[in-house]
Parts: sequence; structure tokens; C-alpha cells
Amino acid sequence: MADKIEIRNLNLFYDKFHALKSVNMVVRDKNIIALIGPSGCGKSTLLRSINRMNDLIDGVRINGEVLLDGRDIYNSGLDIYKLRKRVGMVFQRPNSFAKSIFENVAFGLRVARLANKKKISEIVETSLRTAGLWDDLKDKLGTSALELPLYHQQRLCIARLLAVEPEVILMDEPCSTLDPIATMKIEEMMIELKKKFNIIIVTHNMQQAARVSDQCGYMLLGDMVEFNKTSEIFTNPRDKRTQDYITGRFG
Amino acid sequence: MKIFGENSIKNLLIVIAFSALTALFLILAFILLEGLPFIFNIGIKNFLLSSDWQPMAGKYGIFAMIVGSLWVTLGAIIVGVPLGLAGAIFLAEFLPRWMMRIIKPAIELLAGIPSVVYGFIGVMVLAPLIRDYIGGPGLSIMAASIILGIMILPTILSISIDSIKAVPQSYREGAFSLGATHWQTIHMATLPAAKSGIIAGIILGLGRAIGETMAVIMVAGNAVILPGSPLDSVRTLTANIALEMGYATGMHRQALFATGVVLLLIIMVLNYAATISIRNMNRKV
Repeated sequence: MADKIEIRNLNLFYDKFHALKSVNMVVRDKNIIALIGPSGCGKSTLLRSINRMNDLIDGVRINGEVLLDGRDIYNSGLDIYKLRKRVGMVFQRPNSFAKSIFENVAFGLRVARLANKKKISEIVETSLRTAGLWDDLKDKLGTSALELPLYHQQRLCIARLLAVEPEVILMDEPCSTLDPIATMKIEEMMIELKKKFNIIIVTHNMQQAARVSDQCGYMLLGDMVEFNKTSEIFTNPRDKRTQDYITGRFG
Repeated sequence: MKIFGENSIKNLLIVIAFSALTALFLILAFILLEGLPFIFNIGIKNFLLSSDWQPMAGKYGIFAMIVGSLWVTLGAIIVGVPLGLAGAIFLAEFLPRWMMRIIKPAIELLAGIPSVVYGFIGVMVLAPLIRDYIGGPGLSIMAASIILGIMILPTILSISIDSIKAVPQSYREGAFSLGATHWQTIHMATLPAAKSGIIAGIILGLGRAIGETMAVIMVAGNAVILPGSPLDSVRTLTANIALEMGYATGMHRQALFATGVVLLLIIMVLNYAATISIRNMNRKV
């Protein structure tokens, strides 16, 4: 299998604060990667540098390389909007737009200036089906997305991404506002999505990382302490710090 | 010795709070008591739908002034809303924070300029320009609209800026993560979320435009005629009260109070609309 994403010596500074310290990571195609670690360890920052979301923040400096299919996303003149279409993101809190359910899912298609109404309806339906929402929502596609319960909204945000068919889906603690049952649904969906997409998930929840991911990275204070197969990380960690964290002695 | 106990302070505050309410209530009662009997006396139709305003001859039709007020307010919206909205988008989304710190107080200063100064500029600069280059008497709906449009800019700008800034950053990030450009993000995600706040700002500006008196008296020309074009001069409801209150007696004086009742009704409807759209905004964010 090919390498989808390769991160080489990535350093990131917020003004003077060194948030990522020479991080290296190789993501193989059609996998779920989990990033774990205590709050403030840089896992969200790392995630956000894969679709250049950190560019929105003032005072960020980045050096190193992030290769997507072998091409550096920072220095090769890759169009940032095309990049973000290929690398989509799901956020901690669902951020459904103040629009109808239909328009939320169609958003990315409108951004891409797709005008064919029939095609748009088809894609909206397929995306909602994949996200497991179609049966619940098909009769109220015109109502405001903000009136849905949070767990529906979060899945709607995933459906919204699926509509633009990204290659990589970044998830920043997508279940932190959800209850265990809704979390389980999202996890089932991730396993299903893995067949077509690459998923990188940041999570506070070690059990979640163990349940869903194929590879896992443990981060601490901006360092990638250990990156390995999930089974290895949880049963046979090489680094003492990883062991302390997963056994609950720290963090 | 304890002079101000918890209770006495609380009671004092209650009295103060209610005195404002009492003032409002008294003003309302006074205007209605003076104005309403007049309206019923002369007939709603003769008062609201006639353009014949000749107090000396006992004719009190204010239709031309209602139309005048609406025209001038509409004009102010046409001038003020595009400028205010475009300005707010630029200031809230594109301007670096340090420049915002300079420009925001300047906008608020614009709101602090006395209306007579706006009117003065209108009379001395704007009206002659309109007369010389476009036509008509100069003192006109157009002059009043432009002056009022500028006067309501600060209201529209600052409320719109606040509601655009109140849109959570995660909205923008959500749009960006779907490949949207900055402008697509603004008009497809940010503005729909800020919409009700922006509308509230426009309605508050509208209320200010319809209630403005001094500047309008100075630049609108004040002729009691049904205007045929934006270059005609008009008299607004507010101008009518201010211009004639000095010498009005008897029925004439009551007619002015009745004009006030109409004005009050229009403004109350606008304020109510503003309250509702602000409430919608709070529910959604």
C-alpha cells in the first residue's frame, strides 16, 4: 500500500511557543490513524496542519514538509482550496451552517460551483445515507440544521464532507460532545468509511483510539513520542512515557 | 451606623428604574390624550389620506408628510445599507485587528456628531451640488436621503460588525475545510449566520432615520406636496411638528400631537421588528 501522507520534520510555532517539535509520521492509504495525548500536546495542531487550517491563525510559523501523495502541501504551489477539498475536517463541536439540512450537505457542491440540480440532490442523498441520516431526515431536508440534536448535527457535518469526496478526513475529537451511544454510531461509521477514505482522528479517549484505529501516535509536549500499529502501542509500548499514559499513570 | 442597608438600596434602585418607565408612560399618555381625540374628531380618512394641510383653513391632511417620511427613510436605506454592509464585511473580515482598533472608535465618533452639523453640511455643500449638477431646488428627498444615509451608517456598521464577529470561528473553519474561498465563506456561511443581527442593525438605523428631525428640516425643503421625483422637496412628519409647534394653538396644536401619534406608531412597529430579529439571532447562535 502506498503512503498517503508523509510528515517530515514538521515544526510549528505560535509566535515564540514551539508547538510541534520535528514531528515525523507516515500514514498509509485506507487506514484510521488516531492521535492521542494529554491536552495541549499538539495533536490538534498537528491535525490542523494537514489541511493548512493553522494558516488562519495569526503568528503561526511552520517549517518542515507535509507530503500528500508525495507532494509538499506547503511549498509546491498546491492550491490551498483544492487541498482543503481533498483533506476535509470534522470539528469538536458540530458547526452546521445556519442553513437548511439540504443546503448544509450541498454546501461543498455550491462552493465547487456544481449547478446540476439533479446531481446535487443525488449527492446529498448518498451522503446522508452514508452518514446514516437519510431515513431520519429525508422528510425535513428543508428545516434549519441548527434545530437538529447535536449527534445528528455532527453526523450532518460528516455527511457534508462526504459530499465533496475528500481523500482524507481529519477528525478533531468528533465525539467529545456526544453520548456513548452516539459515539458508538460515529465509530461504526468510521470503520465503514475507512474502505473509501483515510481518516485521522484526534481523541482524548484512549478506548476509542484502541477500538477504531489501525495506527496510533502518542504525543507529548509537541513531540511525537511513539507512532506505531495500534495493537503495538496498546500492548507493547516501546517508550516508557507511552506506557505511563496508556496505563493511566499519567495524563 | 448603617445608613444604606441592602433593602433601602434595593428600593432606591426600584424607584429609579420605575421613574424611567413612568416618564415613558406619561409621554405616551400625553401624546395619545392630545392626539387621538383630534384624529377621531376630524376623521381618520381626512387626517391620514388627505394631502391638504392648511391649518388656517381647518384642513389637516398629513398624507404628503407620511409619504415624505417614507421616501426620505427609504432613500436613507438605499444610501446607508449597501455602504454599511460592505463596510462591516470589510472591517470585520479583512482588516487586521490593530487597524480595527483605530477605525472602530472613529465610526463611533461619526455617531456623536450633532445632527445640526450634518444638516449644515447638507445645506452648504450637498444641496448646491445637487442643484447645480442634477437639477431641482437642491433641498430635496435626495439631499435628505444622502445626509440621513450617512447619519445611520454608524448604527448599521457597528451592529453589523458585532454580529459578524459573533459568528463562531468554527463556522468559517467548517466552510474552509470544504474548500471554500474567503469570499465564499463570507457570503455562504458567515453572513447567513449573522443575518438576523445585521437586519436588526438596519431596522435600528431605519428608526433613527425616520425619527431624525433637525438635519431633515435643514435639507429636505419642507414643502407640503406629494413628491414626484427624488429631486422634489418634501416635508416629513418630524419636520412638520418641529416647524409649526412654535405658533400652533387649538386644533392646530392637537393636529401636531396627532402627527406625533402616527410617528410613534411607525417607530414602535420598527422597534418591535428589531426586537424580534435580535431574539431570533440569540436563539440561533
